[in-house]
Amino acid sequence: MPSDPAITSATPIEETPWWIDRNGLQELIDRLIEIGYEVVGPKIDQGAIVYDQLATVDELPRGWTDEQGPGLYRLHRRDDNELFGYNVGPHSWKKYLFPPLTEVLRSRKTAEGWVMETPAIEVRRLALLGVRACELAAIAVQDRVFLTEGTVDPTYKLRRSHLFVIAANCTQAAQTCFCTSMDTGPRCRSGFDLALTEIESGFLVQVGSDQGRSLFESVPKRLARSVEMDRGDERRQRAVDQISRRLNTEGIRDRLLEQLGNKHWDDVASRCLSCANCTMVCPTCFCHSVDEVHHLTDEEIVRQRRWDSCFNVDFSHVSGGPVRDTVRSRYRQWLTHKLATWIDQFGTSGCVGCGRCISWCPVGIDLTREVAVLTGEQAP
Amino acid sequence: MSTSANATDVLPGHDPWRSRPARIEAIEQEIPDVATLRLRLQPEANAVPYRFRPGQFNMLYVPGCGEVAISMSGPDNFHDGPGDPPEGLVHTIRTVGRVTQAIQQLRVGDTLGVRGPFGTPWPMDEAEGGDVLVVAGGLGLAPLRPVVERLVAHRSRFGRAVLFYGARSPDLLLYERLFDTWRGAGVEVLCTVDRAEPDWSGAVGTVSLLVDRCSLVPGQQTSMFACGPEIMMHFAARSGLKLGLPPTSIWLSMERNMQCAFGMCGHCQWGSHFVCRDGPVLRYDVVEPWLHVRDM
Repeated sequence: MPSDPAITSATPIEETPWWIDRNGLQELIDRLIEIGYEVVGPKIDQGAIVYDQLATVDELPRGWTDEQGPGLYRLHRRDDNELFGYNVGPHSWKKYLFPPLTEVLRSRKTAEGWVMETPAIEVRRLALLGVRACELAAIAVQDRVFLTEGTVDPTYKLRRSHLFVIAANCTQAAQTCFCTSMDTGPRCRSGFDLALTEIESGFLVQVGSDQGRSLFESVPKRLARSVEMDRGDERRQRAVDQISRRLNTEGIRDRLLEQLGNKHWDDVASRCLSCANCTMVCPTCFCHSVDEVHHLTDEEIVRQRRWDSCFNVDFSHVSGGPVRDTVRSRYRQWLTHKLATWIDQFGTSGCVGCGRCISWCPVGIDLTREVAVLTGEQAP
Repeated sequence: MSTSANATDVLPGHDPWRSRPARIEAIEQEIPDVATLRLRLQPEANAVPYRFRPGQFNMLYVPGCGEVAISMSGPDNFHDGPGDPPEGLVHTIRTVGRVTQAIQQLRVGDTLGVRGPFGTPWPMDEAEGGDVLVVAGGLGLAPLRPVVERLVAHRSRFGRAVLFYGARSPDLLLYERLFDTWRGAGVEVLCTVDRAEPDWSGAVGTVSLLVDRCSLVPGQQTSMFACGPEIMMHFAARSGLKLGLPPTSIWLSMERNMQCAFGMCGHCQWGSHFVCRDGPVLRYDVVEPWLHVRDM
């Protein structure tokens, strides 16, 4: 379990939400930047909504939405100017907390032999803007991976302890969303400092922590009116109603592990490219490798941690060759780990129902369908 | 404003990625492509004494080349007073890949990095008072040598102690130079080979056949510790069960790709287990469901 309860436990939440307009949101961003935070949030880049540094409300994907499906992700214009009218894209916040590349050791050659030291790391104070409920759940899942007593990753812990989280409740759902099956959303319940619900006139703001309360103090605001709160409820309910995808999680660990010999794995393997896209976009996948980075003289060597994937052949390499040398065995490893053995290891599912692996699979493999077929709930 | 901090400031003295330099004190050639290195950790301010238990491993690091998980092969110092093991850190290494080839190039006096110890130990304390069957195949004897050394050092604390050891051929028997010492201390050493040579007078066949010929003393607690190729451990465990050993008394040491060594990088994932953290020494009844699944 996470070793630092202050990081993950739910803090008291003020029940009555506040109301701010877009200027209020800009004030919030300004305040965060003033006190030293780098604000990162959704922005459009190369036809997708990604997470990047921003300083103004105008940089958000105003008036854009996304269309998603198996192997499908497209941006479209909305007929309004909403700032958060879309769902999750190819990025997740793990790129900030568990960066794709991290230095873990530096070695220097001296006359007496190698000298080794832990590199000093620069940690920016980050404010995450627009974190969805499934993404809050994903951060909590990675907390269990990187902050479990006995296996604490020092750099993750450092980055995690300098975070400010502004969540955004979903007011619509993508065709790939299934957070209701995973019990992670779409409503943000804990793990945030402030949570926004976008309505036509502005935003309802819920305070989720003392840190959130103290920052929000200086932002112009008023208490939400009941008609605004009703509107917020309606819009959040719309997201719930739009979710049509289901994954039956009842007894899923045992139901999946009973199917290790199922012929359907071969069927998935005949479609799966083993490209690792699903693991790169997954907000909880944590597997990594460690590489050597040389200076030209070979007198200073850096060990660098890099995202890796169980879909890569050499991932399971031992002296006799790879343990999992077929696509079948690698897809089975990924799916059974994510949905079954993850529970044994971390006391929670590794899946938060964000649907990224469905959208970004080049051949449109949909894990909810594969699970249903494997467990006999659906015909192949 | 950014916050510059050293990761070790957050967790003083506890960075699992940190390697410590160690100097090679001795290199002993064992069998072809296999050598035993004795390492001495370099003195460091605030260094915690290095203590390990039989079955645990270190990550050995050649800067510029990479790390490799190698089990401890020297006598353990877990129950000794504070301080590093008197014999240093003893590692028996087969030259098979990039990193082990780089280690083979090193000479006495050179330095390399050490992180550890990691992993679960053989349950030696629990085995005290009972008989101990040690089953090794090939280089699988390397992680079991600390077990034998413990049996030798504290012979009176254990009942019957038998080492069943199988190698491909007589010239590939690891630590043969130690067998007489072990036998002299009251450990039975039974060897078998796959391919005999004219002057071989011992057994021929798999090591589990040797185990089959053994019999347990009724009512006596007996433990089996096995290490070697997965298929060999599978059959050794089956032989143990046939003798009447409960599955909870059989322990195996598993091999998987390990990079972080503390259950974070995912490489050694095996069913519900991270072999580096939950293993390498795992109890048979815990891993039995996974042993039968191909490509797991």
